[in-house]
Amino acid sequence: MKTRVVVNGEMYERDVEPRMLMSDFIRHELGLTGTNVGCEHGVCGSCTVVLDGEPVRSCTMLAVQADGRRITTVEGLSNDGEMHGLQRAFTACHGLQCGFCTPGFLMTLLPVYNEGKRLESEEIREVISGNLCRCTGYQQIVESVQMALDEAADLAESGEGPDRPSDDADVS
Amino acid sequence: MGSVKPPPFDYVRAANLDDVWDALDADEDAKVIAGGQSLIPLLSLRFASPSLLVDLGALGELTGVQLTDSVLRIGALTRHCEVERNAAIRAAAPLLAEAATWVAHPQIRNRGTLGGSVAHGDSAAEFPAALLALDATMVARSRAGERRVAATDFFLSYFTTALEPGEILAAVELPVARSSSTWGFAEFARRRGDYAIGGAAVQAERDADGSCRSVRAGLLAAGPAPCLAPGLADAFAGRVVDRQLIAGVVDEALARLAPGENVHGSAGYRKDVIGEMLRRALASAFELGEVA
Repeated sequence: MKTRVVVNGEMYERDVEPRMLMSDFIRHELGLTGTNVGCEHGVCGSCTVVLDGEPVRSCTMLAVQADGRRITTVEGLSNDGEMHGLQRAFTACHGLQCGFCTPGFLMTLLPVYNEGKRLESEEIREVISGNLCRCTGYQQIVESVQMALDEAADLAESGEGPDRPSDDADVS
Repeated sequence: MGSVKPPPFDYVRAANLDDVWDALDADEDAKVIAGGQSLIPLLSLRFASPSLLVDLGALGELTGVQLTDSVLRIGALTRHCEVERNAAIRAAAPLLAEAATWVAHPQIRNRGTLGGSVAHGDSAAEFPAALLALDATMVARSRAGERRVAATDFFLSYFTTALEPGEILAAVELPVARSSSTWGFAEFARRRGDYAIGGAAVQAERDADGSCRSVRAGLLAAGPAPCLAPGLADAFAGRVVDRQLIAGVVDEALARLAPGENVHGSAGYRKDVIGEMLRRALASAFELGEVA
C-alpha cells in the first residue's frame, strides 16, 4: 500500500504492507535508526516521534496511518551538525548513560521546548511520564529538561526563538 | 511479553460511512481502528488477528463536541488530549475531563480516542467508569441509522460491549453538569498512567441544604466489565454525606464485588484498593477534605 510521509522535512513514498509499524517504517524503510524500539507495545516510550507537532509512539501506529502527515525523528533535531538545545542540555547535565531511551525523551520534549515555556520539576515529570529510563533515575533528565527549557524561554523572551528542526516540504 | 509483529491484514481508510458499512458487511472478521492505542499493541502481541482493518480516522461525522442546554455530545474520534483540554467538556463534564488526565501517558493521549476506549470496554480504563457515573448514553451507528444504549447496558463482559456486528460507536451523550453537580475521581496504579489496579469515578447531585439527591460511582478494574458501585444511590439519598456514611456504604458495596486475583495481586488486595479509591473519590466529591 502506497504511503507518503514527510520525515524531517523530506518527502518519502514507499509501498508497504498495512501491518508495518511506523517504527519499522522509519528504521527499515527509511534507514533512520536513531528511533529506538524498546517494548514495541506502547509502554516504554523509546520510539517516540513527533507527528504533526505532537509526540506519539511510533510502535503504536501503522505506517499507512501516517500517509499525508509530517514526522520529525531525532535525526531532524540537529541543524548543520550543530546539536539541538535539548541535546546540548542532556549532554551538559548527564541526562543519559546508555542513551537507548534518549531519542524518545528528546522527541517527547521537542513540542514543549518549541512552546518556549518554563516548567516546574513536577510538570516536567508529567511530560516525561510516558518514557522509561533504566540508567539515570530521572533526576539528571529533569535537570537537563530544566536547563533546556530555561534556555529556550530566555531565547523566546529575547525574541530570537528556540531552535526548530526544519520541516518545510509539502506532503500533498 | 512475547512481543512480535502484527499478523498480516488488509487495510482500508474509509472516506465516508458507506465505506465502513460496505467493509464490515463484506468481511465478518473486519475490525475498525481509530487511534489504535489499544488495538495495535493487541496486534503486536497477536492477541487479535483481524483480516481487515477499517480506519475511521478520516470521518468528520465522528468528530466534534456539541453542547446544548442539557446534553453534551462528544464525537467518538475525539482524542484523549482533546477531552482533557476542550473548554465545553471541562465545563459540562468536568469528571470526564479529569478522567482523561489519568489515561496512560501524553504520547498515547495524543492518538487514542474516546470512542476507541469506550468500544474496547476494558474494565480497568478511565472513560467507561466515568461515563457510567455520568449516566451517559452511547450512540451506536450502523447502515440502518443511530441507536442509543445507556452506559449501564453497554458494557457486558470482558472487552465485550452491546455493539452489534456492523455497528460502530459514533458518539457519547452526557447530561450537562449543573450548579448542584459535584464529582470526584481517584485511581491507584504502580506508575501514574499505567493500567489501574483500582479506581473510582463519582458524580453526584446535592440539594441546597447539602444533602445528597443522587450519586453514581463507576469503578475501575472491579470486575469483568466496567461497572457501577452497587447500593450507593439508596444509601445516600436525602442524607448529608459524611465520612462515617461513606465508610459504611463502601463496605457494603465491597461485599457485593468480586474482583478476583490478577497480575496486580490477590482478590483481597484488589478489593482493598478499590474500596480505598471509592472512599477517596466520594470524599472528594462531597468535599470532605484530603484523605491521607
